[in-house]
Amino acid sequence: MAVDPIERRTVISGAGQSEIGRRLFRDPLDLTLDACMAAIEDAGLTTDDIDGIATYPGPMEVPPGFSGAGLVEVQDALRLEVGWYTGGIELPGQLGSVIDACLAVAAGLATHVLCFRSVYEGSAQGKEGRSAVMPGGGGRGGSFRAGGFMQWTLPFSAPSAATWIAMFAQRHFFEFGTTREQLAQIALNARKNAAVNPNAIYRDPMTMDDYFDARMISSPLCLYDCDVPCDGGTAVIVSSVDAVADLRKPPIQVEAVGTALYGRPSWDQFDDLTTMACRDAAAQMWTRTDIKPSDVQLAEMYDGFSFITMAWLEAMGFCGKGESGPYVEGGQRIARDGELALNTHGGQLSAGRLHGYGFLHEACVQLWGEAGERQVPGEPEIGVAAAGGGPLAGSLLLSRRR
Amino acid sequence: MSDDVPFRILPRVTDGNRHFWTGGAEGELRFLRCQDDGTYVHPPTPRCPKCHGKNLAPEAVSGRATVHTFSINVQQWMPGPEPPYVVGIVELPEQEGLRLTTNIVNCAPDDVRVGMPVQVVFEPHADGDETVYLPLFEPAA
Repeated sequence: MAVDPIERRTVISGAGQSEIGRRLFRDPLDLTLDACMAAIEDAGLTTDDIDGIATYPGPMEVPPGFSGAGLVEVQDALRLEVGWYTGGIELPGQLGSVIDACLAVAAGLATHVLCFRSVYEGSAQGKEGRSAVMPGGGGRGGSFRAGGFMQWTLPFSAPSAATWIAMFAQRHFFEFGTTREQLAQIALNARKNAAVNPNAIYRDPMTMDDYFDARMISSPLCLYDCDVPCDGGTAVIVSSVDAVADLRKPPIQVEAVGTALYGRPSWDQFDDLTTMACRDAAAQMWTRTDIKPSDVQLAEMYDGFSFITMAWLEAMGFCGKGESGPYVEGGQRIARDGELALNTHGGQLSAGRLHGYGFLHEACVQLWGEAGERQVPGEPEIGVAAAGGGPLAGSLLLSRRR
Repeated sequence: MSDDVPFRILPRVTDGNRHFWTGGAEGELRFLRCQDDGTYVHPPTPRCPKCHGKNLAPEAVSGRATVHTFSINVQQWMPGPEPPYVVGIVELPEQEGLRLTTNIVNCAPDDVRVGMPVQVVFEPHADGDETVYLPLFEPAA
């Protein structure tokens, strides 16, 4: 190990979620605060103990439902007095906000940081579905002109990340012979786990035939390769190792974090379109610990689209470059009782698009042994939480080892 | 290009990107190029990413490319071309990694392959005083 990883001075002390649903039509701030209060109580703390806040992506009106609440709303609603705070979108993925919290706690700017992310995309899209939230109002905004990155995709009728990620998958198929049957295992595994997660959105069994019968969205990605918009909030508390006496339950050690991005920060200009920013974030994370990929028992890794999880599997070194297809084939290896339990809550594909934070929440719940019917057997001690696709990536290595 | 041009959300043309979006008026696909070290720069930025100099000027490229990857888009996200249509990332022979997202047109979607040689064809859209020329690609002659 070449560095002294200061993130090891921090722990995850609590985690909480609000009600989660496909379309709840509830006040998104109400959902957000439910998650925050659940996490604070889970840690055995009160709002008086919270002296830091971190969130992703901060307040955003567009796309509708993408941000349930900004930092200021939560801080004011709970009257939090903080020594440090951050909220924004230009971070190493959604969990970059949690990583920032770790660094702030390690630096002594705060002791217990409330980290949250909430969405209400399900309700915001309503009956009109995804087209209701497309840039330019689904083509109805007559004077809208695309700037920034979107000018390179919108004029070519490619507004959706589904199409952008599909092109990564297609390149992977071309270079490594990956197949749709292999990719399907990410979706089938998620659904199998969602079946035993009472908070998951879609819990009915899914077969390979169901997968191939689903309509194509943007080849090679079909409907079941795309995550499901939902409403809900998630929160975790990052605490100092020096404050563990304050806590209700055994803390989860933050062993290492990964934040690097060496390729171009772009969806179509990245140097290698068979992988993503996860390549650099994961590689960096392993330079900050003596734990090895083979020590990891559970991996909760982003599946906004199924292929992104394949990219994370390779980036993390759970399999070789280009080998994620054979690695997941048949599904046994990534099942809850397999060698690497993957997306044990059902991922965003079946449990709902809580956008990054759901993976960290699940990793913590599993490491605490609180996952009920979906608990990974054998009291897992080492887990990975990773989020982000395309140019976004951030990861945390978590440990319950004593 | 046929007369029934589909609805497109158009780019906001600025002094920084006009060469790219209007080069089709002269039938040219243009990129910024560093006049000192020859690097093509896309998307356009004020400095060469290699030498960090500001001596950049638009230059036409051949308009030839190969399909680096693609997707047959089936979902109708917004008004536009009738699905299924092909979104592709093409790479230009002038420089390794010089790429753009585009549509592969004038062929059946199922016939598109990675590595397929293609050439630029422009789709004009009047926008106020200016006409924007979207660079699309079709199978090479």
